[in-house]
Amino acid sequence: MTRSNVILLTIVVLIATLPLFGGAYALRLGTIACMYAILALSWNVVGGLAGYPSFATAAFFGFGAYTCGVLLSRDVSMAFAVPVAGIASFVLAASLGAALLRLRGHYFAIASLSLIEVFRELVNNATDLTGGGMGLNIPLGAGSGVMTDATFYFVSMWGVLLATTLMVIIVGGSKLGFGLACIRQNETAANMIGLNATLYKSVAFGLSACFVGAAGGIYAAWVHYIDPSDVFDILYSVKPIVMALIGGLGSPLGVLLGAFVYLGLEEVVWRNYIQIHSGVLGVLIVLLLLFLPHGLMSVRSRLLAWRLKHV
Amino acid sequence: MLAAQVLINALVLGCLYACIAIGFSLVWGVLNVINLIHGSFIVLGAYLAWGLYQSLHLSPWYALVIAAPLFFCLGYIVQRVVLNRVITAPVLVTLTLTFGLDLILNNAMIYFFKADYRKLTLSPPMGSVSLFGVVVPVDRLLATAFALALTGILYLILRRLKVGRAIVAVRLDRDAAVLMGVNVKSIYAIAFGLGAALAGCAGVLMALIFPISPLTSSAYLGKAFVVCVLGGLGSVSGALAGGILLALIEGIGSATIGPAHATTLSFILLIVFLILRPQGLLGRRGFE
Repeated sequence: MTRSNVILLTIVVLIATLPLFGGAYALRLGTIACMYAILALSWNVVGGLAGYPSFATAAFFGFGAYTCGVLLSRDVSMAFAVPVAGIASFVLAASLGAALLRLRGHYFAIASLSLIEVFRELVNNATDLTGGGMGLNIPLGAGSGVMTDATFYFVSMWGVLLATTLMVIIVGGSKLGFGLACIRQNETAANMIGLNATLYKSVAFGLSACFVGAAGGIYAAWVHYIDPSDVFDILYSVKPIVMALIGGLGSPLGVLLGAFVYLGLEEVVWRNYIQIHSGVLGVLIVLLLLFLPHGLMSVRSRLLAWRLKHV
Repeated sequence: MLAAQVLINALVLGCLYACIAIGFSLVWGVLNVINLIHGSFIVLGAYLAWGLYQSLHLSPWYALVIAAPLFFCLGYIVQRVVLNRVITAPVLVTLTLTFGLDLILNNAMIYFFKADYRKLTLSPPMGSVSLFGVVVPVDRLLATAFALALTGILYLILRRLKVGRAIVAVRLDRDAAVLMGVNVKSIYAIAFGLGAALAGCAGVLMALIFPISPLTSSAYLGKAFVVCVLGGLGSVSGALAGGILLALIEGIGSATIGPAHATTLSFILLIVFLILRPQGLLGRRGFE
């Protein structure tokens, strides 16, 4: 295991100690931090490793949320519903991926973007199952106090984050990760030397959707009410990209740190400028892409180069 | 009779869809950038028409004349200041960047105009004409005529003017265009400006027909996506064909399986088209 992966895993394990000294607010923030980290790390498998500009994160987040939400409102236990949401997302994404991932560049970007619209409209119109535009109320859990609840959802989300981290590390060191890197660099050449690119890409797409779907499921149980415009929000697709760009594409540790930095920025902005928060997010995106296109991880090496030059 | 009405509605709406999509298609074709600000430009154009009518009682037809140069300048500046810096970057970067710009513009509109829906109501209203039992509102008909005129003007610019030929040259072969002495950065800015101007004018026309709110920008963007993919990129006639096809499918879909499913249908069609025929109906040709 590389050094950065050891650091990555250590950070994730350290996060688990949060309930020991955090109040309800810290737990809420911690749950969101875990969720963002799951989305960003998952996106990185397709967007960072394979280099496919996927905007489908929100589609699978919403799909997972609704799968879990519908199951929970039918009195299925959460321990069953969340894994089902994850597995269903995997199967759906892998089979959709087999068709969509034949597209490249802009075409793939739009196709993945329009998946969100398709899913949202389908959920909107399946009123009997999902409540349509009215949204879906999800029954409260056992309800044994605010802190117990907060801790429970934090630990669940953290569990998915741990699983995501392990998946990312395993993929990074495996034949799959190597194949994805080959696809990013030159797909035609990778195909020519006998790499089954379609299979690799579909599995990667499925894996990236799987944990996103599970996170969506926990999110649904956590907030107790979801509606299509909330969980199929395109921002769930864009935020992970921004996080990955902040941290530096392709590096899981960078992506994780990017997610935390992003959450910090968002929290400060939300608290102070609620009316213009999405505009501030836009400014952040523009500045980031113009002035720091290789992310925070590149600052260190740039500083190092600068210092060497000026010794 | 119902069939004739559906057909006429589709033709009218299709020309408007083409007008929404054509600037988007131009930018995508020439700059290879998916311009996610397009929807917000359209809404901004609609607000311009609404504001001018509300404050000065200026008819939307005059608003068109004001919107075109104004939006051209806006687009030109955005391209010069921001987008030209990353124009050679991968898709992900340009796409995310225009999304960021869109967030800024859209949030600014929500801040200044609020998210309420508004409607530009002409007084006196224009009424409607009916011919052989097919009814068409006059404002819709006029908007369609203007939309057609706008697409016609773009066609002429690309066909007849030197700058238009330069745009087509850059689209067909950037490197060869540079060798022929075309200033690519400036052409990019002009093309983006044209795209923005068309979006602004489309917005003015939309204000006549649909309610205005910053929240509708993504719907316009979605239509532009579908029309572009259906018709083929960067082709004026392709945008027209795509617009009419989309309107027809939506119309027939609404009439047969219910209006709630029209959007789903169009997006599913989009995905199917992307997979089976990504070059669109009219194939990969220049601006014709």
